[in-house]
Amino acid sequence: MTTTTPTRAGTDAPPTVAGRVRRRLNTRWATAASIVIAIVWTIPTFGLLVSSFRPEDQIKTTGWWTFFADPQLTLENYEQVLFGRSSSAGQLASYFLNSIVITLPSVLFPLAFAALAAYALAWINFRGRDWIYIGIFALQIVPLQMALVPLLSFFSQGVGVGGIELLPAWNLDDEQRFIQVWFAHTCFALPLGVFLLHNFVSQLPRDLMEAARVDGATHPRIFRTIVLPLITPALAAYGIFQFLWVWNDLLVALIFAGGGDETAPLTVRLAELAGTRGNEWQRLTSGAFVAIVVPLLVFLSLQRYFVRGLLAGSVKG
Amino acid sequence: MNFDFADEAPKLAMLLYGVVAFVVVVGGLLLLLDVVPTRLARRRQARLAAAVATGTPLEPGRRRSREGLFALFFLLPTVLLLGIGLVIPAIRTLVLSLKNGDSTQWVGLRNYGWMIDRPEIVDILRNTALWVLLVPLLATSVGLIYAVLVDRARLEALAKSLIFLPMAISFVGAGIIWKFVYAFRPAGADQIGLLNQIWVWLGGEPQQWLANPPLNTLLLIVVMIWIQAGFAMVVLSAAIKAIPTDMIEAARIDGVNAWQQFWRITLPGIRPALVVVVVTVSIATLKLFDIVRTMTNGNFDTNVIATELYNQAFRYGETGQGSALAVVLFILVIPIVIYQVRSLRRQREV
Amino acid sequence: MAVFARPRQAFVMAGVLGLAVGATACGSDDGDNLSSDSPECAVYEPYQGNSGTEVSIYASIRDAEADLLERSWEQFADCTGIEIDYEGSGEFEAQLQVRVDGGNAPDISLIPQPGLVNRFAQAGKLKPASAETKAMAEENYAADWLQYSTVNGEFYGAPLGSNVKSFVWYSPKMFQEQGWSVPTSWDDLIKLSDQAAADGITPWCVGIESGDATGWPATDWIEDVLLRTQTPEVYDQWTTHAIPFNDPRVVDAVDRAGTILRNDTYVNGGYGGVKSIATTSFQEAGLPILQDECALHRQASFYANQWPAESELAEDGDIFAFYFPPVDPAKGKPVLGGGEFTVAFDDRPEVQAVQTYLASGEYANSRAKLGNWVSANTKLDLSNVANPIDRLSVELLQDEQTVFRFDGSDLMPAAVGAGTFWKEMVSWISGKETAAALTAIESSWPS
Repeated sequence: MTTTTPTRAGTDAPPTVAGRVRRRLNTRWATAASIVIAIVWTIPTFGLLVSSFRPEDQIKTTGWWTFFADPQLTLENYEQVLFGRSSSAGQLASYFLNSIVITLPSVLFPLAFAALAAYALAWINFRGRDWIYIGIFALQIVPLQMALVPLLSFFSQGVGVGGIELLPAWNLDDEQRFIQVWFAHTCFALPLGVFLLHNFVSQLPRDLMEAARVDGATHPRIFRTIVLPLITPALAAYGIFQFLWVWNDLLVALIFAGGGDETAPLTVRLAELAGTRGNEWQRLTSGAFVAIVVPLLVFLSLQRYFVRGLLAGSVKG
Repeated sequence: MNFDFADEAPKLAMLLYGVVAFVVVVGGLLLLLDVVPTRLARRRQARLAAAVATGTPLEPGRRRSREGLFALFFLLPTVLLLGIGLVIPAIRTLVLSLKNGDSTQWVGLRNYGWMIDRPEIVDILRNTALWVLLVPLLATSVGLIYAVLVDRARLEALAKSLIFLPMAISFVGAGIIWKFVYAFRPAGADQIGLLNQIWVWLGGEPQQWLANPPLNTLLLIVVMIWIQAGFAMVVLSAAIKAIPTDMIEAARIDGVNAWQQFWRITLPGIRPALVVVVVTVSIATLKLFDIVRTMTNGNFDTNVIATELYNQAFRYGETGQGSALAVVLFILVIPIVIYQVRSLRRQREV
Repeated sequence: MAVFARPRQAFVMAGVLGLAVGATACGSDDGDNLSSDSPECAVYEPYQGNSGTEVSIYASIRDAEADLLERSWEQFADCTGIEIDYEGSGEFEAQLQVRVDGGNAPDISLIPQPGLVNRFAQAGKLKPASAETKAMAEENYAADWLQYSTVNGEFYGAPLGSNVKSFVWYSPKMFQEQGWSVPTSWDDLIKLSDQAAADGITPWCVGIESGDATGWPATDWIEDVLLRTQTPEVYDQWTTHAIPFNDPRVVDAVDRAGTILRNDTYVNGGYGGVKSIATTSFQEAGLPILQDECALHRQASFYANQWPAESELAEDGDIFAFYFPPVDPAKGKPVLGGGEFTVAFDDRPEVQAVQTYLASGEYANSRAKLGNWVSANTKLDLSNVANPIDRLSVELLQDEQTVFRFDGSDLMPAAVGAGTFWKEMVSWISGKETAAALTAIESSWPS
């Protein structure tokens, strides 16, 4: 999985700026610095990983590093997390599936809508576009919590003005509540999405666009045939962030999906595992790792899109 | 009960519906936009022909309004969703900030007065300022340095994954991990927190790190930097790789050294990406509340605006005061918005 | 949205996906469905007539305890045909408000804070309890308890589970080895503390760290002491803000608690000095007793869950609890406690039936038999309570001499009871002057 990138080192590497900076800097120092950063960054998570395999009383009384002097291994924490409730063993699988069902559309929709909006804001001339863009950008600051109540009442009570019902309540049950979750995630993701993608789309070479316009291509065609392929790496990058955000979200899920095994994602279940008084927190160590696995796989498998070199940059100029 | 696929089928069906809806909505939109303009164009040509025939001039601005129509359709989903999901809530927040705790009476600016009257407001503002200054600066620096260091290095993918790892952990999860790192046991007992263990190995007395201001705020900031450096690193690394090679060649011919090259070519080359990272991290930091909430809940002088907002509006039922704090967040982001307006203007002028 | 409302169609779709293979074969759920006329169902006669309906319950109880909760009403649900849809969340208080404001309230909620019940009732969100529920509650609970869910003369719901907070955990084995005896008055308690300190064991273990609820164990301390130095009436005036929060009598109680909590010779066994109290988690705080690093830990009955499974919980075992002694034993037995209240946001007949059932003696016994539960329900049969601490709690709650008072911080407005009171106690432990801390709380009381 780690071999998806060129690993050639040394003199025959293509001369990118950073590569050369790195080579010209005292290489030994550079290597040392990067190793130090990597270690510092990894240790806290590593400690958690080690802890997740230690017995409960050990976690609470000694540091995880003592594990190496006195290794006591147990899978009990994982057993509890994966098969915790005797009455409902295997439930985690169900929540896992919920997380996936929630995440996929919640990534696809904002990705598409933000890309369309970013294109329009960058390359279509219409009055007020800068103000719309700035407005969308500024919406990033609206705290999610303040948006929960109005959005929830939009779903559960519909929209009415002075007693006249403009939009009925949605009345979604069980699995249909996924729709609410997708809707909410899409709304909340758009400001950042439009901002990130606009930055990217607006840097595409003007000549390319104008040439296409002269050839008589319409905006939808330009968007599909020229812009989309060029911004794929940016889409992948934003897609990963949106994926991580949705996967790790607890707040939106608690409100819009509820806590049942029909719709609630993994995060809700894991939060529940801490027990009524937070007394079972040794389970959180293993729970955290169960939750990390998928995002990590996604990152590793999509990473090459970042690394491939952003096409948009290479056509510039 | 065993894991039963029959129970899961409706979920998968929902997923299928979701994906189908996606294809229909997005595909349909593009198709619509593709077909309709062609028709319009045909009609326009017809009218053009007619106009030429009768000799009447074609009214100007037609092309522009058609552009506007396109823009409308491209923006429609985003604007609609944002209107429902964020604009209405933002306006509502503004209104609520002028009402009392359970939103039954208008109280004018009393909630804002309350904020200024509170003795701890100075601490809260100072901490928020510290967060917003340090997190973007340090997270971006670490991300940039690391991106440069590992670029084209052996095992680059692995090296990047390690820094990116914290991004895959939720804020609450990160809070738990770091609470572990900062854990305290009295002198003589076995330390379970790594920081104290290292401190003891170095000959110090174990410290209650999270209870000692002002150091504790810095230690909380470390957690956010730990998470956001991965974001900065990934975006900046991509930008670095996008710098055209001919520029480097030119620099090499000019005999520029590595240091100069970094400042003259790399940095200007990745400037847009750098701005994106700093702006995004700044806004995320302003809104951040989970880390403080799970680790200290604002005790020991570590409170920040977003945590206090959450507590007031959702724990204490003081919606008015919570909303007023949210409005302060809106205000704090204005400088960043102004910066965006400026850079947009500059971009348009080019 | 009509497409999504057809589960059959959804099933066909799944079949297309090839994932529903053999699904119908294993689709049979709980086979021993009781019909409403089986003999076991006789007791549920008053609740019949709502078959095929659904009632949602939302509370803060989760994981293992939620399992027990769901099992406790299983038979009721089978017999009456009312499906109970339970959901528990750790973010309950905040989430409940969002759901209610968003027009998506649960049918029934088990709220552990009378202050919150009060707020929802004032806002007109709660439905008053039905006559049947009220009658059932009055029959089974002492008036002390019912006042907490009565707002402006209207009764909103019966208590459910309870806990007793006036307990001091100790190790009977340690006491025996040291030749100490269980104290029965405040003075004895202080003597015992001095004795322990002289014998080289730090007398007290305290920890008030609890994530975003940090500080609450300290507020329990203050309340327990105030209930012992003053009359219950003064306590009531304090919780309802009839007297200021920083009344001299309260200052006096806080200072008295301070003679233990802020005394470096008394605290904090196994964790360090006074200041370590603020960062020691309440879950771990009492555990050093098992290592003989401290002798006493004042904490509620539910702390029983924190002891390792292998330690024996009994009056002559590794660990047990005694009643936090009064200052003047002649003035009765003040008991501080907590519990949750069954309140309804809807008044459909099935909701009222469930609400009434949860107030009944049948329910209390059905839940108690599953273990790990205490209630103030007077119909609760002691023989159904297995755990010795639960039994001690129920005895205390049913004792004629007991003067019960609810945890004050749960009665106060959340801005104080879950806000400044907690926070200022953390500051107080960290060295802030008593008067300054209490004045800060007083000034934060919402007008």
